[in-house]
Amino acid sequence: MMGSLNILGILTVSFVLFHFSVTQTNDVEGRARQFFRSGHTNNWAVLVCTSRFWFNYRHVANSLSVYRSVKRLGIPDSHIVLMLADDMACNHRNPKPATVFSHKNMELNVYGDDVEVDYRGYEVTVENFLRVLTGRLPPSTPRSKRLLSDDHSNILIYLTGHGGNGFLKFQDSEEISNVELADAFEQMWQKRRYHELLFIIDTCQGASMYERFYSPNIMALASSQVGEDSLSHQPDLAIGVHLMDRYTFYLLEFLEDIHPASQANMNDLFKVCPKSQCVSTPGHRTDLFQRDPGSVLITDFFGSVRKVEITMETIDLTAAAEPLLEEKETRVFAEDSPTQMLSYVDQLPVAEIIHQKPKQKNWHPPDGFILGLWTLIILIFFKTYGVKHLKHIF
Amino acid sequence: MGLLSDPNRRRALTNLLTRLNTPICVVCYLAGLAWFMGLAFEPFTLRTYMSENAMGSTMVEERFPSGERALATGREFAAHKRKVGGMPVDWLVKTMQARGLEVYTQRFSRTLPFPDENKERYMVHGTNVYGILRAPRAPRTEALVLTAPCTEGNNNHQAVGLLLGLAHYFRNQVYWAKDIIFLVNEHDLIGMQAWLEAYHHTNITGMDWTPLQGRGGSIQAALSLELSTDVITSLDLVLEGLNGQLPNLDLANLFYAFCQKIDILCTIQGKLQRSDWDTPSGYSHAAQTMLLMVMKQASGRAWGDHGLFLRYHIEAATIKGVNSFRQYKTDATTIGRLLEGMFRKLNNLLERLHQSYFFYLMPSLSHFVSIGYYMPAFGLLAVILLLRALDLWVQLGAPPPGTEDGVGAVEQSSSGLSVLSILTPVVISHMTGAALFTLPILSQEMAVEHFPVSETEAVVLTAIAIYTAGLALPHNTHKFLAGEGTEQGWRVLKLVALLYLAVLLGCTALINFSLGFILALTLVPVAAFITPHVPKAFSAVVMVLLSPAFTLLYCVFIYQELQESPVSIADGWVLFLSVISQGILDHSLYGSLVYPLIALFVFPCWLLFWNILFWK
Repeated sequence: MMGSLNILGILTVSFVLFHFSVTQTNDVEGRARQFFRSGHTNNWAVLVCTSRFWFNYRHVANSLSVYRSVKRLGIPDSHIVLMLADDMACNHRNPKPATVFSHKNMELNVYGDDVEVDYRGYEVTVENFLRVLTGRLPPSTPRSKRLLSDDHSNILIYLTGHGGNGFLKFQDSEEISNVELADAFEQMWQKRRYHELLFIIDTCQGASMYERFYSPNIMALASSQVGEDSLSHQPDLAIGVHLMDRYTFYLLEFLEDIHPASQANMNDLFKVCPKSQCVSTPGHRTDLFQRDPGSVLITDFFGSVRKVEITMETIDLTAAAEPLLEEKETRVFAEDSPTQMLSYVDQLPVAEIIHQKPKQKNWHPPDGFILGLWTLIILIFFKTYGVKHLKHIF
Repeated sequence: MGLLSDPNRRRALTNLLTRLNTPICVVCYLAGLAWFMGLAFEPFTLRTYMSENAMGSTMVEERFPSGERALATGREFAAHKRKVGGMPVDWLVKTMQARGLEVYTQRFSRTLPFPDENKERYMVHGTNVYGILRAPRAPRTEALVLTAPCTEGNNNHQAVGLLLGLAHYFRNQVYWAKDIIFLVNEHDLIGMQAWLEAYHHTNITGMDWTPLQGRGGSIQAALSLELSTDVITSLDLVLEGLNGQLPNLDLANLFYAFCQKIDILCTIQGKLQRSDWDTPSGYSHAAQTMLLMVMKQASGRAWGDHGLFLRYHIEAATIKGVNSFRQYKTDATTIGRLLEGMFRKLNNLLERLHQSYFFYLMPSLSHFVSIGYYMPAFGLLAVILLLRALDLWVQLGAPPPGTEDGVGAVEQSSSGLSVLSILTPVVISHMTGAALFTLPILSQEMAVEHFPVSETEAVVLTAIAIYTAGLALPHNTHKFLAGEGTEQGWRVLKLVALLYLAVLLGCTALINFSLGFILALTLVPVAAFITPHVPKAFSAVVMVLLSPAFTLLYCVFIYQELQESPVSIADGWVLFLSVISQGILDHSLYGSLVYPLIALFVFPCWLLFWNILFWK
C-alpha cells in the first residue's frame, strides 16, 4: 500500500515537474516566438522635405523633427537619408542663424549640432528621390546617399511639402504623382528592398498619395483626406514664419514620449492628432499590411532596436520556428505543394496575399452602338437637306 | 446666313443703326457715367487682401524702441539745417557714418525752363546724401529704399530723425537679406529724379548730376516718409505717381494690414474710412475718395517723392503723418514699429511685387476696384464714338440722293478733293498743337519784354493765347481750299476725327484710366453731336465749354471742393494758371506726358471738330 502511494506520489510530483518544465520550455519558446515576431533586422528612414523658400520654413522643421525622433530612438545617420530642399538655418532672413525651431518661443532647436543632411537644396528632385528608393544610383554616389536596404529592412518614409490631389510638389518646379510612388514601392518590393514600409505624409490632401499603393507590407498615414488642407500650427513672431505643421507637431509630441523600450503600437499612432486638434482628418491605410497594427510596435519603424536577450536555457529554434514557417508556407503557396516549381514572377503571388477590390471602370457604350447612332444622324441630315450638300463636305 | 452679305438684310441693319444711333449713344453715355459712379458703391468693390505668398501675414514682432531719440535727432537736424541755410551735408554724413552705414553724396543742378512760383525756385543746386546698410550675410543683389525729403523751412525734420533712428536700429539686426538705402534728398522731386537717374545710369530729363559712388543692387521697393510733427493722429498713404502710374496694390495692402495690427488710424486721400456704405452720406464719402484719386491720377503729377520710382518698375509709396484734432495720438515709436514691420515683410520678398494689381481705384483703404471692373465705364463711352463712325460710314457708302447719272463723276472728283480737304485741317490743327507745345517756353523772353508780367505768367498766358487763337482757325483754312463745303467732305473729316479720337482716348485710358475717362466725358458728346448743321452760336459756346482747357478748369474747382477747401472764382482762376505752369514744368523736369498729350494730340483733335462745326 505504501509502495503504491509512494509510486503515486512520485508519479504526481514527476508529472508536475514535467509539466512545469514543459511549460517553462513552452514559455521560452513563446518568448523566442515573440523575439522573431517582427521579422525585420534593420531599420532605415528616408525623410524628405520638398519645398524651398523662407515662408516654407515649417516643412524643413517638420522633417527635422522626425529626424530628431528617429535618431534619438536609435537609427544611426548611416541608415537615415535626409533630403532637405532648402537651407533654413543659414537663410539670410533667419534672425537666429544655424537654428531651426519647432516650438515657438524657441523652445526646441531641431537643427541641433549633429544634423547630417544627405540631399540638400537642388539635389532634392523627384528623380533623385525615386532613385534613392529603387536603388538605381550611379556608381559614384557616396554611401551616405544610398538606401542600402534588404528584404529584412523596415523602412520609414516621411514626406512633407505642398501637395494636392494625387501629387506632391517638389521645389516649385516638378511633381511626383501617387502612381509613380506606388510603382516605385512595387519596384522596391520586387527587388526585395524592404520587409515592411511605413509611409507618412504631411501635406494638403495627403491621403490621395497612398490611394494607389498595391505592394504588400505597406502601412500609410496621412495628415489630411482628399479635399482637405493640412494646416500649420503656430507662428513665431520673432522669426516671422509658421514653425510647424499641426500633424507633425502632435506627432513630435507623441514621439517625444516614446523611448527605445516602449511598447506603444500603431493603433496609438493612428490616434495622433484627432480632428479637434488638427482641423483636418488624418487618415491611414493598413489593408496592405499583413500583421495586425495593434501588434506592430512604434519602435519597429521609428527606432532601431537591437534585440538581445540573454537566457540560460537552450532553445530548440527549429522546433520553435517550424510552426511559423508552416503557417507562412500554407498561406503563401495556397493549395500547391511546396515542391512545385514556380516561375520567378509567381513566387510571391501578390493577388493572393492582398485582396483588393476590383477597380470600377467607367461604363462605356458599345462601339457598334455609337457607329449606328452616327450613321442615323448622317442619314437624317442628308435626307432633310438633300444629297447635294455632300459637295460642301468634300 | 448672309447677315452681312445679303443686301436686303444689310440695308435693314444699317437702317436700324441709323435710326437708333442717337438713342443708343445717349444710353451708352449715361450708362458709362452711372457705371463709373457705381464703382464707389461698396458691394461692387472687393476687399483688399495680400496676394504675395512670401509676405504672408503680418506676423513679425516689431521691437523698435527709440522713437524719442529719433525725434531728438530730428531736432538736431533742424538746427543744423537752419545754421547752414539748406541741407546740412556734413552733419548728415557724420551721423550716418556713426550709425554704421556706407555714406555717399551726390550733387546735382538744374535750371528750370521758367521760374517755379509755387516753390520759388529757378536755378536749383543741391546735394543728396544717402547711406547704405549692407545686409550682413546676403549678396548685394537687391535693395530697399527709405527716403525722407529735406524740404524748405521747418518741415519734415521728424521724418529725417526717424529715418536715422531706424537706420541705427536696423544696423543691429542680422536678418536683412537685402541692402537698405537711407536717402535724404534735397529739393524733393528734382533731387529724387537726379538720384534715380544716376542710380539707373539713364538721363531722361537732361539734368546735371555727379555719378553715384556707391550702389546697392536692384531696388525692390521704396518708402518715402513725410512727418512734420512729433505726434500724429493718422497716417496718410499716397499712391499716385508720375503719369498716373500706381504701385502694386500689395504695397497698399501691406500698409493697411500693419495699420490694423498696430492699431494706427490710416487714411487715403486724407479721408477716413466709414462703415456705413448703405447710407447716402457713406456712399458719397466713398465716391469723394475715389474721385480724388481719379483727379490726382489724371493730373499725371508725382504726388510724393515715391512717384518717380514707379517709372523704373520699383513699387513705392509715400507715408504722410497727419496731426489733426483728435484725442488719440500716436508717437514716433509706433510709427517706427510700423515701418520696421513693413521693411521686415518686404525683406521676405523673393521677387518683385507682381502678384497683385497694377491698375486699380481705391474708394477706401480696405476696398479696391480693379481694371476689369472699371474699364467698361470707359468702354461704354468709346462705343459711342465707334457707333457714330459706323453711322458716318454707312452714310458715306450710300449713294447721294438725286443725281444718278453724274454719280460716278461727282464721286470721283469729290473723292479726289476730299483727301486734300481732310488733310489740310488735320495738318493745320496739328501745327497749332505743336505751336501750343513749343512756343510758350520759347517766347517767354519776348513776352516779358513787351508786357509787364513775370516769366511764369508769360508762359501761361502765351499758352492760353495760342489756345484761343486756335479757335479762329476755321475761318482761315477755308481760304486755302477749292472744294470746301461739300457734304462728303465734312463727313469724311468727321469719320477720321472720330476714329482718331477713339484711338487716342483708348490708348490714354489704358495707361492712365482717369485721364482718359475725364477727357472722354467732355470730348465724346462734342464729337458725337457736332455737324455743320447744328445751330452755330449755341454749339460753339457748348464746344468751348467742353474743351480741354475748360475741363481742366472744372477739375480744379471740383478738386478743391473734394478737398473741402472750396475756392472763389478769382482764386480758382489763379490756381488754374498755376496748374498749367506746373504741368509744363512737370513735363520738362520729370518727363510727365500729360502736357504733350493734351497739346499735341487732344487739342488738335478738338480743333478738328471745331473745324467741322464751321465747315460751311
